[in-house]
Amino acid sequence: MLEETGIPEAGKIEEKLPSRERLEQGPVAVFECFTEIPCDPCYYSCPLEAIAEFQDINDLPELDFEKCTGCGQCITNCPGLAIFVLDYNYSEEEGVVRIPYEYSPLPEEGEIVLALDRGGEVAGEARVERVQYAEKQDRTAVIWLAVPKEQVLIVRNFKRMED
Amino acid sequence: MEKCELAIVGGGPAGLAAALKARELGLKEIYLLERDNFLGGQLVKQTHQFFGSHKQFAGIRGIDIAEIFKDKLEDQPEIQALKGAVAQGYYEDDVLGYSYRGKFFKLKPEKTILATGASEKMLSFPNNDLPGIYGAGAVQTLMNQYGIIPGEKILMIGAGNIGLIVAYQLLQAGIEVEAVIEATGIIGGYAVHASKIRRAGIPILTYHTIKEARGDEEVESAVIQKLNENWQPVPGTEQEMEIDTICLAVGLTPKVDLAIQAGCQMAYVAELGGDVPVRDENLQTSNSRVYIAGDSAGIEEATAAILEGELAAASAAGEIFPGNSAIAQERREIKEKLADLRRGPVGEHIRRGLARVRRNQNAGRDRYTRSWKN
Ligand SMILES: Cc1cc2nc3c(=O)[nH]c(=O)nc-3n(C[C@H](O)[C@H](O)[C@H](O)COP(=O)(O)OP(=O)(O)OC[C@H]3O[C@@H](n4cnc5c(N)ncnc54)[C@H](O)[C@@H]3O)c2cc1C
Ligand code: SF4
Ligand code: SF4
Repeated sequence: MLEETGIPEAGKIEEKLPSRERLEQGPVAVFECFTEIPCDPCYYSCPLEAIAEFQDINDLPELDFEKCTGCGQCITNCPGLAIFVLDYNYSEEEGVVRIPYEYSPLPEEGEIVLALDRGGEVAGEARVERVQYAEKQDRTAVIWLAVPKEQVLIVRNFKRMED
Repeated sequence: MEKCELAIVGGGPAGLAAALKARELGLKEIYLLERDNFLGGQLVKQTHQFFGSHKQFAGIRGIDIAEIFKDKLEDQPEIQALKGAVAQGYYEDDVLGYSYRGKFFKLKPEKTILATGASEKMLSFPNNDLPGIYGAGAVQTLMNQYGIIPGEKILMIGAGNIGLIVAYQLLQAGIEVEAVIEATGIIGGYAVHASKIRRAGIPILTYHTIKEARGDEEVESAVIQKLNENWQPVPGTEQEMEIDTICLAVGLTPKVDLAIQAGCQMAYVAELGGDVPVRDENLQTSNSRVYIAGDSAGIEEATAAILEGELAAASAAGEIFPGNSAIAQERREIKEKLADLRRGPVGEHIRRGLARVRRNQNAGRDRYTRSWKN
């Protein structure tokens, strides 16, 4: 249970996912933000207004998957590091999970790392496809992890091999 | 003796926001006393992005929020911001005594805002005085202000926001966090913080407590134990963890010494963190010259501290310039923002606590108030 372990239950995660169809169409954000807290920067960060306006600062973010292009702007604006962008059809075999990352040193592009699931367990290997670290990201990097397609819904973190 | 319109004790977000708002509303003689040699209070240790309202700095890191305040303050010469100035006492004739650069000074303000923040709570267990046992605040000060790591393998006690955030900052510093343990059955901090450290592989163990610390000269291990639903230790569940540091994040309690000295009526309100001054909705205490804001009024968070600082300043300004409708309007607007912030489930215990302290339901448990003021 999320409140007891920090790991969200499968049912909870499912509610936040786009349809299979939308997932396969191209990059899309998922908001793994499950409890009402006084927090709203995600709403202000989306250039496409894909997130419904907050009536109350405690509202949960509600994403319109049809408006969302998976641009990823919102990822580094979330203080909870709870937003990921999934690109299921990145290539024939692989999908990409874009992950907010605040550890140093940053991984290298092309590096093979251990992919971790929501409980921090190793799910397999992944390749660092891209490292985004622009000034406006305010010290939160976004790491593009290429993983086998079936792991796009599982992988949410990684650790470097030498650790 | 120096006189002034407004004295503010504490240069954290509440005190800084109070000073700027007071200036904005037309006060000219403002003193801000800060004990440390820097302004910002808790903010200077917070390297993570803040939660809260987009309009009140959410998404910005605490350290950067402190900088924004400091820049604004520099443009305001009417605000005497004294760093390294410790308020030592509030006397019966409403004189505030403070030490500054080795000397003792007295100040007679028309109004005083107390924004002294909070102190950390301690936990009692055998050997809790061994070197290697720290409060979370100390760990943050060491790491984030001085760049010193407190140890290499840590056990974190307490899964409230502070425990979770400091555990995350320890991971960022490359330190191993063995586990975060929590005596209740529920992670008290925000789920997003918990998920962040959980996916880094750190177990969060609810219904667990520390039985004892072990070690000769310093901490070498900790024995943790399961608790049942009635918070009783379950025999046979002891587990020894090899660690060199124990970090306590078991809660904060408002720092209220000056309020007690000022004769403010006190009440014990668990939801707000302990003994707090009774105050009205404008944050005025039972001593009409004294206002309270921020964590010293009740443990909450930075956005609330900022808004409370502004509200206290607007209330004080309202009494200094009576009948000023712009100030009254300002006060209403700040109150609305505070109410918005506290509307959700996270704000529930704060709402309950505030309702109690305003109605003063706990006056019977006032352990402090002296008679000279009433
Ligand atoms: C680990 C951690 C993480 C946090 N994360 C968040 C977050 O993500 N979002 C959020 O909104 N909030 C967060 N907070 C809470 C936030 O930092 C506090 O609620 C806020 O700083 C309270 O502001 P304040 O001005 O009331 O008190 P403080 O920031 O504590 O400032 C009080 C100041 O008063 C000074 N002082 C005390 N006594 C005297 C005296 N006698 N004379 C002179 N000066 C004195 C102190 O030195 C201090 O500078 C966090 C807190 C911690 C500890
Ligand atoms: S990925 Fe881009 S379009 Fe989608 S919600 Fe985030 S900011 Fe908006
Ligand atoms: S910014 Fe992140 S934590 Fe805050 S409401 Fe949006 S998704 Fe949730």
